[in-house]
Amino acid sequence: MELLLAVVAGVLYATGIYLMLRRRLAQLIIGLALLSNGSNILILSAAGVTRGKPPLIVDPSLPVPDFADPVPQSLILTAIVIGFGVLAFALVLARRVYESAGSDDIDMLGPDAA
Amino acid sequence: MLALPILIPLATAIALHLLPQNSRLLRTVAFAGAVIILAAAVSVLVTVERDGIQVLQVGSWHAPFGITLVADLFSALMIVMVGIIGVAVTGASFAGVDPRRETFGYHTLIHVLLMGVSGAFLTGDIFNLYVWFEVMLIASFVLMSLHRTRAQLHAAFTYVGLNLLASAFFLTAIGLLYGQAGTLNLADLAQVWPTRRTPGLDAALSMLFLTAFGIKSGLFPLFFWLPASYHTPPAAIGALFAGLLTKVGVYSMIRVFTLLFPDPAAGLYTALLVMSALTMIVGLAGALAQYDLRRVLSFNLVGHIGYTTVGVALWTRAALGGSILYLLHHMLTISALFLVSGLFLRQRRTTDMRMLGGLYRAQPLVACLALVPLFSLAGVPPLSGFIAKLAVIAPLLGAGQYPVAAIALVVSLLTLLSMARVWEECFWKPAPSAAAGSQPRLGAAILAPIAFLVMLSVGLAALAGPVSGMTMNAAQQLLSRDGYIRAVLGSEVARAAR
Repeated sequence: MELLLAVVAGVLYATGIYLMLRRRLAQLIIGLALLSNGSNILILSAAGVTRGKPPLIVDPSLPVPDFADPVPQSLILTAIVIGFGVLAFALVLARRVYESAGSDDIDMLGPDAA
Repeated sequence: MLALPILIPLATAIALHLLPQNSRLLRTVAFAGAVIILAAAVSVLVTVERDGIQVLQVGSWHAPFGITLVADLFSALMIVMVGIIGVAVTGASFAGVDPRRETFGYHTLIHVLLMGVSGAFLTGDIFNLYVWFEVMLIASFVLMSLHRTRAQLHAAFTYVGLNLLASAFFLTAIGLLYGQAGTLNLADLAQVWPTRRTPGLDAALSMLFLTAFGIKSGLFPLFFWLPASYHTPPAAIGALFAGLLTKVGVYSMIRVFTLLFPDPAAGLYTALLVMSALTMIVGLAGALAQYDLRRVLSFNLVGHIGYTTVGVALWTRAALGGSILYLLHHMLTISALFLVSGLFLRQRRTTDMRMLGGLYRAQPLVACLALVPLFSLAGVPPLSGFIAKLAVIAPLLGAGQYPVAAIALVVSLLTLLSMARVWEECFWKPAPSAAAGSQPRLGAAILAPIAFLVMLSVGLAALAGPVSGMTMNAAQQLLSRDGYIRAVLGSEVARAAR
């Protein structure tokens, strides 16, 4: 499972970076989204995936059982919320850019562009 | 107590959002909020100076399980700077803000940004640091893109894209770090990491952190977003960004590197030294090629970040203390200069230096006020820049880094050249005939924030002895690490050391 997640994270990073290197704003934004999803999966798999275990230790007197670490999931939850907000902002910004420049080609936006 | 520098801007931002949208009222409340932040920050600094490192376990969750706020001397000094820049920037709004910006929450966003920066300076938890980064970034994104001209939107997009990339790198590094170390508390990490690290992961993590913080602080191969975007927002916002945002990158670099990678021989520090030297050269070379005053200042901002990171690379008490002193000096000076560029925006509606001139003839006292930060940035004695540069370059010579010291000295000369050019073009030469005639005189409202920063910068030079003593102590705390770890973890240290 970890191997599969690692591959997925790697593919997401690669496609994210590739899209960010393109010239169109829409691709840049999709790239950012993929990149943030890639880092979320990376956090999940780096911290180790446990199957069917509770995240809580109910009886502390017993020897510590195998348990699922809840921290990575809370980190991911936070990162998803932040990523969602930022992405929404980037979309609005891209729309405004498109409205003012009439193009979503980054090279057509600069001060030097016609 | 320790949470006040975060809670005050939060409360002010909420109040500003709910108050009737009367610009006089909003400006006053925003300014008052900033003054209270400054007061709270100074009291934190005094407490830290007297009683040592202050710690707040938020919600009484013990470290390393909860989120910890920590103020050592370095954090406390930075928080005071947040207050000072906040006062100057909110004070500058009395001279007038674009009404459209004001109705779109200009003042609220400034306070949200101050909250994010304060949080980043105070937190003792690496994931929390990431969250504060995002708070700060989203506020700065909106502040930067409130305008809809094409150049500004383009600049905003560059800024947003690259900063989000830096955040993704930072988050990746945090994920890998947690996977290996199982903790996010910085003090706990400092203890656990040496026992869990593997050479490969260590190298990957240090490079991820270097890239993430390098983008945020504007180091050499990663700075291009900065001069491409900092020249478009209004001068007060430029001053806020220049004074605080890049410095948060440098702060995080110092904080995370001293705690996680305490091995001065690591390749990380060689890389950082080379990057710092190149940052200085490229920044100033860029500044000399520009004709727009705000672009000149942006490139100078980049170039001088190099001075603040050199000390981190050397990893000695004197060098790190010099870096911190340079940070203080640079925050005051570059913010003052961005506010100075606002004078020209007010008077001539442009900062293109070819269109400026004649301010010395028109208002000699104003020109003299602007002269202080100009020459302070260049390092002319006896201003604060001279003392800060001395504190950075002397340890370089002491460590035998002669090429880097030579670069720092040459770049200092280049800064003088760049600043002399600004003086000549903007103040000294006669006004171009096109601009002659209708020139509003610059009143006290627009000059007061500049005078405030200039006064503090001169004060920094006058009190160089005590201040550099304090920055040396701050560097000592950063390098010895034990005090920080013990203050955060307390009795938990024994448990963790098992």
